[in-house]
Amino acid sequence: MITQRLFTGGSNRRVLVTALVLAAVAVLVPVLHLALPPSSPFHVPAYMVALVGKYLTYALLALALDLVWGYCGILSLGHGAFFALGGYAMGMYLMRQIGDRGVYGNPILPDFMVFLNWKELPWFWYGFDQFWFAAIMIVLAPGALAFVFGWFAFRSRVTGVYLSIITQALTYALLLAFFRNDMGFGGNNGLTDFKDILGFNVQAPETRAGLFAASALALALALLITSAITRSKYGMLMVAVRDAESRTRFIGWRPENIKVFAFTISAVMAGIAGALYVPQVGIINPGEFAPANSIEVVVWTAVGGRGTLVGPIIGALLVNGGKSWFTGILPEYWLFALGGLFIAVTLFLPKGIIGTWDSWRASRRDAAERARTKAEEDAAPPPVDPATGRPVRVEETPRAPSPGLSGGPAPQPAE
Amino acid sequence: MTVLRVLFVLVGLALSGAASAQVDDEAIRATIARFADSKNFRETEEIVRDLAATGDVRVERPLSALSDGNLSFRKSDRQVFIAPERGQTATLFDPLTGEAAGEAPKGDFTKVKVNNSLRRTIRDVISGLTLASPDPVVRLAAARTMFIAPDAANLEALDAAIAAETVTSVKISLEAARASTILVSDAPDAAKFDAIALLGQRGDRETLSLLTGFAARSQGDLQAAAQRAIDTIGKSLALWDIGQNIWYGISLGSVLLLAAIGLAITFGVMGVINMAHGEMVMIGAYTTFVVQSVIRSSFPGLFDWSLTIALPLAFLVAGAVGLALERGVIRFLYGRPLETLLATWGVSLILQQAVRTIFGPTNQEVGNPSWMSGGFQIGQLALTWNRLWIVVFALAVFGLLLYIFKRTAWGLQMRAVTANRRMASSMGIRTPWVDAFTFALGSGIAGIAGVALSQIDNVSPNLGQGYIIDSFMVVVFGGVGNLWGTLVGAFSLGIVNKFLEPYAGAVLGKILVLVLIILFIQKRPRGLFALKGRSVEA
Repeated sequence: MITQRLFTGGSNRRVLVTALVLAAVAVLVPVLHLALPPSSPFHVPAYMVALVGKYLTYALLALALDLVWGYCGILSLGHGAFFALGGYAMGMYLMRQIGDRGVYGNPILPDFMVFLNWKELPWFWYGFDQFWFAAIMIVLAPGALAFVFGWFAFRSRVTGVYLSIITQALTYALLLAFFRNDMGFGGNNGLTDFKDILGFNVQAPETRAGLFAASALALALALLITSAITRSKYGMLMVAVRDAESRTRFIGWRPENIKVFAFTISAVMAGIAGALYVPQVGIINPGEFAPANSIEVVVWTAVGGRGTLVGPIIGALLVNGGKSWFTGILPEYWLFALGGLFIAVTLFLPKGIIGTWDSWRASRRDAAERARTKAEEDAAPPPVDPATGRPVRVEETPRAPSPGLSGGPAPQPAE
Repeated sequence: MTVLRVLFVLVGLALSGAASAQVDDEAIRATIARFADSKNFRETEEIVRDLAATGDVRVERPLSALSDGNLSFRKSDRQVFIAPERGQTATLFDPLTGEAAGEAPKGDFTKVKVNNSLRRTIRDVISGLTLASPDPVVRLAAARTMFIAPDAANLEALDAAIAAETVTSVKISLEAARASTILVSDAPDAAKFDAIALLGQRGDRETLSLLTGFAARSQGDLQAAAQRAIDTIGKSLALWDIGQNIWYGISLGSVLLLAAIGLAITFGVMGVINMAHGEMVMIGAYTTFVVQSVIRSSFPGLFDWSLTIALPLAFLVAGAVGLALERGVIRFLYGRPLETLLATWGVSLILQQAVRTIFGPTNQEVGNPSWMSGGFQIGQLALTWNRLWIVVFALAVFGLLLYIFKRTAWGLQMRAVTANRRMASSMGIRTPWVDAFTFALGSGIAGIAGVALSQIDNVSPNLGQGYIIDSFMVVVFGGVGNLWGTLVGAFSLGIVNKFLEPYAGAVLGKILVLVLIILFIQKRPRGLFALKGRSVEA
């Protein structure tokens, strides 16, 4: 009964509406950008396309985090690592596309390798001149890392804050590693100065519009897929693991498998987000691995509402829009605002915007329903005990609170 | 009778020695005056050697002045002065006594010319002279100079100095200098074997390079002997290197201990991860900076006491911030550790930005008091005072916390809450109070860690960020709620880090340590010293 009410209700329709809106944006914005002259009031300027395109990849990252945090209770403070790995895979492809147009004109080696006096391409750069190979690596590199890491971590039952801390250590270790010049990923400067993607100029407005559309569509698709996952058996098991891991284990499921599954899927989504991010901003460097970045993703998700699929998307767009606006007018105070946001959301808005909206709606509906049933009860004559002829007191069954998917912080185990 | 004769001889020797040292001032002055008539470098060198031949320590002054290019003579009467020039005037000093002799325009004087070969002669001559100095420190320095740059001509002077030397440490240095001098002289092979044997026992890096040089230019048995000595020294140096690495590791470990121990307390007692812990360290460091600024501007004499004053202040300031944080934010988030983590991260951003706004984003200069600067040497081990004091300080803080935990009522309450919060509460322990003061204590400890770190690290708004992940690793590795775990965790991580560094480089070493910890958590998910019992399984 309860589950039925949850799944047929708002959340599913909201997902569909959001996906449709995203698809419409994917078509509309490029058309408005390319077809209309700059003088037209409906023209979307180029910087806006780039900016919103970037936000859409952030939203995809936040959605990925929501899958593990909101549904599976794994607070990953290292999702930026998967994002950056996907970005690096795309960056490597773009570097190889530069060919002999680099500063040093070397047809094989990227500029930084020539600069470091390397003679040949390291083995892990092979194949990145082909887009299909890069596309596989975009999925494979973050996915494999998440699978191995998750398999080790979840099998030995590392949970809660311990897990958060070692995911943070993971991204920190990768940050240090990618800063090294002899790792072969461009060190400090990262990969930049891209020219072409799939034969199109990265800087051209058409390519930018295309990348924007790809980001919006990827986000819409990811939203539908996550929605399908969360409504599947695995999705329900995820929630079960989140709310009562030991109980799920005692019933006979293997929580570690469910967690590894969620973690890997989420990492792949983050990797795709990173791959879409890199050609739009034109650079990928080790700074993306910084632990602070990963924690910022958590706040986007928290603001929008974890455990709601649409929430993280809204959160990412709102917080990043706010960041752009804020750093424009009061650059020094942005960190105050961000820090305050962290505190305010955890203290006053633990369910996030969407979650709070849902529980407000639910409580209003419940109130209305109670009022209606009460009115009906008052109108109907009280049931009479046939034996005694006296009115019988009806025990009002307490309505089960709807702990469900949309809303409610994960109940933490008692200490 | 015999005794009397020996005495007589000794007295005679002493007298003659004293007489030879007491060369007539006039003779030296006459020699110095000849600088004015010197035509070329060769003649100047002769005068230098003549001065040295007097054996009087005081000739060091004119010789050093000559080497520095400060020896001049007056054009009018060809009198020689030490005359350093500033602008258009020269300040005059007597060449022998160093007494000031007024000022004069620079144009009245001509410098005695000097070149590098002359400077080298002067250095050798001075080191030979200083062997006779009454000050043992000067003699030791001379012996070291002669040891590093041996010159066969000094051999006799060294023999004489060794015979006359009474201070043991200086004598050892002199003998080493003699051995290294023998190796460059044309002494018989037997003497060289002895010299190699003597040097082989020293085992420092300078001896190693000396012997390597000797082995390269000798042949046969001598070379083999030198090679053996080199191998011995190499082995002992390798051992010392391990010792040095352990020391660096202990030093890093003590820093980690200071940074992590407060975290371990709050994490252990409250199950709360305080991401703003690094910022408490930073607040402590900035408190030190403020204290030092006030002292510099108002009470310069108290500078050596600045750290002593800063310690309680840093504890109070950071503790107060911690208390405010607990009462204002964390209290509302109990039972929700992940959210606490996020909220404290927000606090850390705000604190960082606040410090950046107040003090600026650049590094602030925090000075070392005199008793913390410099260092000393044990064998081949180089120790600096500031690192040593920090190790001592970290252990003292650890001991104090251990005392609080094990011997005070408050510590008993903290342990009770750690073990079983509900039971402790039922027994009448006011758990909210314990929480608040534990948090304040942990933050205060972070504050005094900041005082210590300000001595060895840059004081900038990012100070805390550099330590936070390492501190977490220590806590995770050592286990929660156990001070000994933190101690062992901090020192083992520090030492492992420093041992990996020479082989893997600093960055790769750190990555390896992180990977090792991640693997370690597989084996022992609750750390090295896990709490036992039901309470942990939550």
